[in-house]
Amino acid sequence: MTPTVPSESLWVQVKTILSNGPPAYTFFTLYALISSLLLISNPRTSLTTDIIFVFFLLLVMLVYRSSVHKYFKHTILLFQLCIVLPYFGTLNPFYLEVATQAGIFVTLALGLNVVVGFAGLLDLGYVAFFAVGAYAWAITSTNQMTLINPDWVPLPPIAFYPFLIFGLILGTITGILLGLPVLRLRGDYLAIVTLGFGEVIRVLANNLDRPINFTNGSQGIREIERPNLFFADFVRNTLGWNLSDQKLYELFFYFAVLLIVFMTILVVKRLKESRIGRAWEAIREDETAAIAQGIPLVRTKLLAFAVGASFAGAMGVIFASKQLFINPPTFDLLRSINILAMVILGGMGSIPGAILGAVLVTLLDLQILPRTANVLRDLQRAGFPIPAAFDPTQYQRMLFGLLLVIMMIFRPQGILPDERRKEELIADEPDDLPEQPDQSDSGTPPPSAATPNGSK
Amino acid sequence: MALLEANNITKTFGGLTAVNDVTLTIDEGRIVSVIGPNGAGKTTFFNILTGIYKPDKGTITFGDKPIAGLKSNDIAALGMRRTFQNIRLFNNMTVLENVLVGMHTHLRVPFWHIIFKLPTVQREERKARERAREHLNYVGLDDKREELAKNLPYGDQRRLEIARALAGEPRLILLDEPTAGMNPNETAAATTLIRRLRDDLQLTVVLIEHDMRLVMAISERITVLDYGTKIAEGDAHTIRTNPRVIEAYLGKGAADAA
Repeated sequence: MTPTVPSESLWVQVKTILSNGPPAYTFFTLYALISSLLLISNPRTSLTTDIIFVFFLLLVMLVYRSSVHKYFKHTILLFQLCIVLPYFGTLNPFYLEVATQAGIFVTLALGLNVVVGFAGLLDLGYVAFFAVGAYAWAITSTNQMTLINPDWVPLPPIAFYPFLIFGLILGTITGILLGLPVLRLRGDYLAIVTLGFGEVIRVLANNLDRPINFTNGSQGIREIERPNLFFADFVRNTLGWNLSDQKLYELFFYFAVLLIVFMTILVVKRLKESRIGRAWEAIREDETAAIAQGIPLVRTKLLAFAVGASFAGAMGVIFASKQLFINPPTFDLLRSINILAMVILGGMGSIPGAILGAVLVTLLDLQILPRTANVLRDLQRAGFPIPAAFDPTQYQRMLFGLLLVIMMIFRPQGILPDERRKEELIADEPDDLPEQPDQSDSGTPPPSAATPNGSK
Repeated sequence: MALLEANNITKTFGGLTAVNDVTLTIDEGRIVSVIGPNGAGKTTFFNILTGIYKPDKGTITFGDKPIAGLKSNDIAALGMRRTFQNIRLFNNMTVLENVLVGMHTHLRVPFWHIIFKLPTVQREERKARERAREHLNYVGLDDKREELAKNLPYGDQRRLEIARALAGEPRLILLDEPTAGMNPNETAAATTLIRRLRDDLQLTVVLIEHDMRLVMAISERITVLDYGTKIAEGDAHTIRTNPRVIEAYLGKGAADAA
């Protein structure tokens, strides 16, 4: 019996060919150009555009995963995300909105990934930090300020920019405040308390309209200030692009989110590869052994909470300003669980995983499900026997649940599990100083210094 | 000179006195064993020394610092490292990373250096990796540095635990049953390694061990615990002939028969 060639081998071959060498460069360049052209020539919101859009985004991931040269990668990413997508966004704001939303959730997923994925602390109230940032800007930039104290005036729009830093700090502080009492708990207990904390923040937002009206209660806060577009003149006069204020805001928020996503990725990646990331991982693996290596447990966990919360805080500020309106249900438990689902779907502890998970879930939420609903409605009108009440958007939670269950059965490690080790083996070697070829000859002198090191 | 002094240590769990008024002095540069039948309180005693448990009574001095009541990680940072009876490696991290975690207290670049990726970070990281590989070389695991700890064979896991402990550049290393579950060949290799820790690295070594041949061969001083109480102390010969020790291990009457 001749062994049949497993179909995978072909797939693997294709993958190898397309991941480096001239074919890869040609492939990615063509892919980028064609998908961009298709996208720009189809600005109407439709199923076709949806599909092209997904393919367009897919390239980002493919390029990221391939082993083409760093600069080539960056060029493609820059071209796709900073030129084509924004330009397309001026033609069709809906897709830019999807991208912006996806970016917001990428940051949140990355932040939660630090806490849950790296340090192994199950946090079910993560959205609270997002809420704190959002409400901070919503309260201080609107008439709520005058309601709190008649002498106070709302912050001017320009304050938005420094307020981003403030949101970051506020998130950090909230993270530490929650962490302090909670981090002595482990596992399930920690999860329950963080869940409670998330709800406390939401309920606070709901009820802090009396006796002093801080949050305007369940009605939420309206007319949240947008930053002023100090660059508008430059864009219109110098660059000669005549864009409306609305379009400029859309682009502004897109780029602001992109910038924060970029910074988040950098910070998270650097931390992960540092002594701090190793300490987090060690705590996740075995707390007792980690302490025995001299890792201060509470401080290291607090750091994870603070780092995770900080990005959510800053993103909250942008979110509030972008949405113009926030109310307590925006930050309910489901939102926290949604973010957690992104992390789990992508692969806990994996940075590309968290990004992919966030983008996938957002696309599913904003694009795929509503589109499917539309298609079904069309079919129904054409006479197919589909019950009128059937609307896929109504089954969103169920579909997520199903998706997660299926993932847990077939790929519990997530779609893109942590591949740091593999990458280390392949990518890091040339970057480092030339390593001594092999120092494993048995005559190697023992580590010289067993001398007491700094300890008296 | 005494490196570690534990005076009148007592620890009870509910009604059970696990360690009862034990005094132990360990001189710098010695290999010392703590032996005793199962449940004698040896591991509990280790856990007290390393700060996992707080002693109910008694004082501990390490170097010249009182350490009873300090947190475990602070004691580790002072230069006392240990291995565990039931191996506790970071299973899903590589061999090299395990050792790097052991170096945690010696890596000091500030948080914001890491965030801004200042050159200090890479310099320290490179040095740490070199040093970690020296440690791995020392225990003979350098060629397996990229493997996950959980995929190592049993004997290698034990050695990795020692390498991880060495990574903290300790003055005192506590080995909790380092040869448990090993075959004679592995035990012989482990014995050599333990002796080298002292001879090459001038470490002070404290062992908990059941393999009497190993204990008698390498320890310069042996302390025997039974039911949480110290029943004997001395060199190998003294211990071997001590009637109370024989009784503890073999039962009453055995001493007369011997």
